[in-house]
Amino acid sequence: MKISMFHLMPYRDLPADFEVRYHSVWVDPPWWELADAEKVGQYYNWTLDELIYAAQAGLDGICVNEHHQNAYGFMASPNLMGSILARATRGMEVAIVQMGSTLPTTNPPTRIAEEYAMLDGISGGRLVAGMPLGTSMDANLCYGISPMEQRERYYEAHDLILKAWQAKEIFAWNGKYYQLPMVNLWPRPIQQPHPPIWVPGLGSLSTWEFTAKQGHCYCYLSYYGSKQGQRVMDGFWEFVEARGLDPNPYRAGFLQLVVVSETDAQAEIDYEPHIRYFYKKCLHIAPEFYLAPGYLDYRSLENSLKKGFLKAQSEIREKVHHWQYKDFVENGLVIGGSPASVREQLEEAIKKLRVGNLMVLLHIGSMPHDLTLKNIELFGKEVLPPLRNLWDDQWENHWWPARLRGKRPPTPRSHP
Amino acid sequence: MIAVKEYTVNVWKGQIPCRVKSAGQGPPVVFLHNAYGLVWDPFLDILAQHRTVYAPEHPGTTPGHPEAIKPLDNLWDLVLYYYELFDQLGLEAPAVVGHSFGGMVAAEVAATNPRRVSRLVLISPLGLWRDDAPVKNWMALAPEALVKAVFYDPEGPIATQFLALPDDPEAQGDAQLQRIWTLGCTGKFVWPIPDKGLKKRLHRIQAPTLLIWGRQDGLVPPIYAREFADRMANARVEVLDKAAHMPHLEQIATVSRLVQDFLQG
Repeated sequence: MKISMFHLMPYRDLPADFEVRYHSVWVDPPWWELADAEKVGQYYNWTLDELIYAAQAGLDGICVNEHHQNAYGFMASPNLMGSILARATRGMEVAIVQMGSTLPTTNPPTRIAEEYAMLDGISGGRLVAGMPLGTSMDANLCYGISPMEQRERYYEAHDLILKAWQAKEIFAWNGKYYQLPMVNLWPRPIQQPHPPIWVPGLGSLSTWEFTAKQGHCYCYLSYYGSKQGQRVMDGFWEFVEARGLDPNPYRAGFLQLVVVSETDAQAEIDYEPHIRYFYKKCLHIAPEFYLAPGYLDYRSLENSLKKGFLKAQSEIREKVHHWQYKDFVENGLVIGGSPASVREQLEEAIKKLRVGNLMVLLHIGSMPHDLTLKNIELFGKEVLPPLRNLWDDQWENHWWPARLRGKRPPTPRSHP
Repeated sequence: MIAVKEYTVNVWKGQIPCRVKSAGQGPPVVFLHNAYGLVWDPFLDILAQHRTVYAPEHPGTTPGHPEAIKPLDNLWDLVLYYYELFDQLGLEAPAVVGHSFGGMVAAEVAATNPRRVSRLVLISPLGLWRDDAPVKNWMALAPEALVKAVFYDPEGPIATQFLALPDDPEAQGDAQLQRIWTLGCTGKFVWPIPDKGLKKRLHRIQAPTLLIWGRQDGLVPPIYAREFADRMANARVEVLDKAAHMPHLEQIATVSRLVQDFLQG
C-alpha cells in the first residue's frame, strides 16, 4: 500500500457569500475582487510546509497538481512546487508525485520531459510522473486549446516525452501538433527506463484503454469519495480482467478526502466548516464551463449521455450544497472521525475499490495551517502504519520509484 | 412545405461523406449553416421558391458520421474542402448565403478563390474581432444567457423551438449528443476566438456582397457590419430592428425579400 498526501492549494479565505455573488470558482472569479497577493504567498508557503510535514509524518508520497484561474487550487506551475519539495525532502523515503504537468497546454512537450527529468535528478530518483489530459476549464478556456484537438495533442505529447527520455539518437519530431528539428534531451531522468507514469481520469473508456495499452497507473480523481467511485472502479477492474491483465491493485490510484481528530465528535467540530467550504465554494463551478464541445470524444460523449453520468454528476453537485458533516461521512465523500474510525473506513474503501496507490486530501478548503498539521500528524501516526502492508503479500508496485519500494518501518520516523 | 431532397456526395479523396439537402429550381445558391447545425426551416423554403438551394452539412455534423470531421485540421483545409464540394455538385460560381459560423466560412471561400462565388450574402457572420465589442463564446455560455444574446424575443416561439429537445429520453439523449458534437465540429475552426485572419483576406472578395444584421444581436454586435463592409469593395449593409443573431428567422419576410432582390440584381 502506498499512501500519498494530495494538496490542492486553495484560496482559504473566500467571502462567506462567494457562491451566491460569483459566477464560478474556476476561470472567471475576479482576482482583483477576491484575492490578496500577500495572503496567497503565505498560502503557497503553508502548502509547502504542510506537504513537507506530511513527508516527515510518514506519508509515502506528496502530491501537487496543476490548475489555472481556479480559486480551489492554483499551482499553475506544479513543477515549481515539486522542485522545492524535492529539495526539501532530500534523503527521505518519500515520492514526489506530480499529478501533474498538464500535457496539451505546454508547448513544446519536451519542456515537461526536461522539468520532470530535473525533478527526478534533484530528488534522487523519487519522481512519479503524472500525465493529466487537463480539464476543459484549464486547457480550453484558460489556455485556449481547441477542445477537439486536446486528446490528440495529449497522445502526441505523451509519445514525444517518452521518446525524448529514452532515445539514443538525436531525432526529428514531425508531428501533427509539434515539430522539433533535433531532439536531444538534457537532462534525462535517473529512473530507468523512465519514471512511473500515472494517468488521471474520470471514468472514460478511452483513458482505461490508453493506460492499459501503455502500462501506466490509472488514477480516478474525483471529490465524491469511495462509494460514488465504486461503480467506476468496478468498471475498471472488469475492463482489466477482460483484457487479460493481472488485477494488481497498484494499477489503480484513487483520491479520498480524509479528516482525523481525537474522537468522532471532535472531528465534526474541527472539520465541518472546512468541508462545507470545500463543497459549496471550491466546487462552485459554472456548469457551462465543464465540458467544451469536442472535449469528450464522440464515443465517450454518447456513453455519458446514455448512462446519465452528466445528469447524475450535476445532481450530486446540487445535493451536497445542503449537507452537514454527517451526510458527507455517511455517503463516503469524506472519511472522517477518530483514528480508529478512519482506519476502519479507509481499509474498507481500499479493499472494495482495490486500490494500491491511494492519495488522501488532508488539507480541505479553508482549513487553517495548524489544523492541517494536526490532521497530517494524526493520519501519519495513527491511521497510516497499520494500513501500510496491505496488498504487499501478493503484489509488487511497478508504478512506484524503484528505490522507494522497500518495506517501510511500522512506526513513522520522528519529526521536529 | 417544399419537397427537400437529401443525397450524399463523397469529398476529400472519399474520406468525407457530405450530406446535402436540396430543393427548388432556378439558379443555384449554397447555404452554409451556423454552429448549431443545419435546420431546413421556412427561410430555406422561401429561398427555394426562386433558387435551387444546396444546403450541405458541415463535416462531422451529419448523424452517423461523427468521424467525418477528422480529415480536416484547420480553416485552410475546410476552405479547400468547399471547392471540392462545389466541384462535386457541378457548381462553378454559385451564389452563397452564410449565417454566423457559415457566414465566416462563406467569406473565406469567396476570398480565397474569388472566381468560385458569384454573389455573397452574409447574415451576422463571425470572423472579425474588436476588443471593445467582443464576440460572446456561444460554446461557454449558460443557456439563459445564450438565448438572450441570440434572440430578440427569448421567450417567443422561435427561441423556444431552437432550444427544444424531444420528451422521449432516448431521443433527447440523441438530440443532445448531436447538438454538442455539432458545436464541437464547427467550434474546432474558431476556438477560442473566432478571428482566424479573415480581416487580411476580405479585400480579395469580388462577389457583390449583402451584409444583414439584427440591431439587437447580443452575440456578434451590429458594429461588425461596418467592420466587414469597410474592408470590402462591393458590400452593402442592412441592419434590421427587432432581430438579434437570427434575423433570417425573426424577420423572415424582410430578410427573404432583401435576399431575393439582391440575388436577382
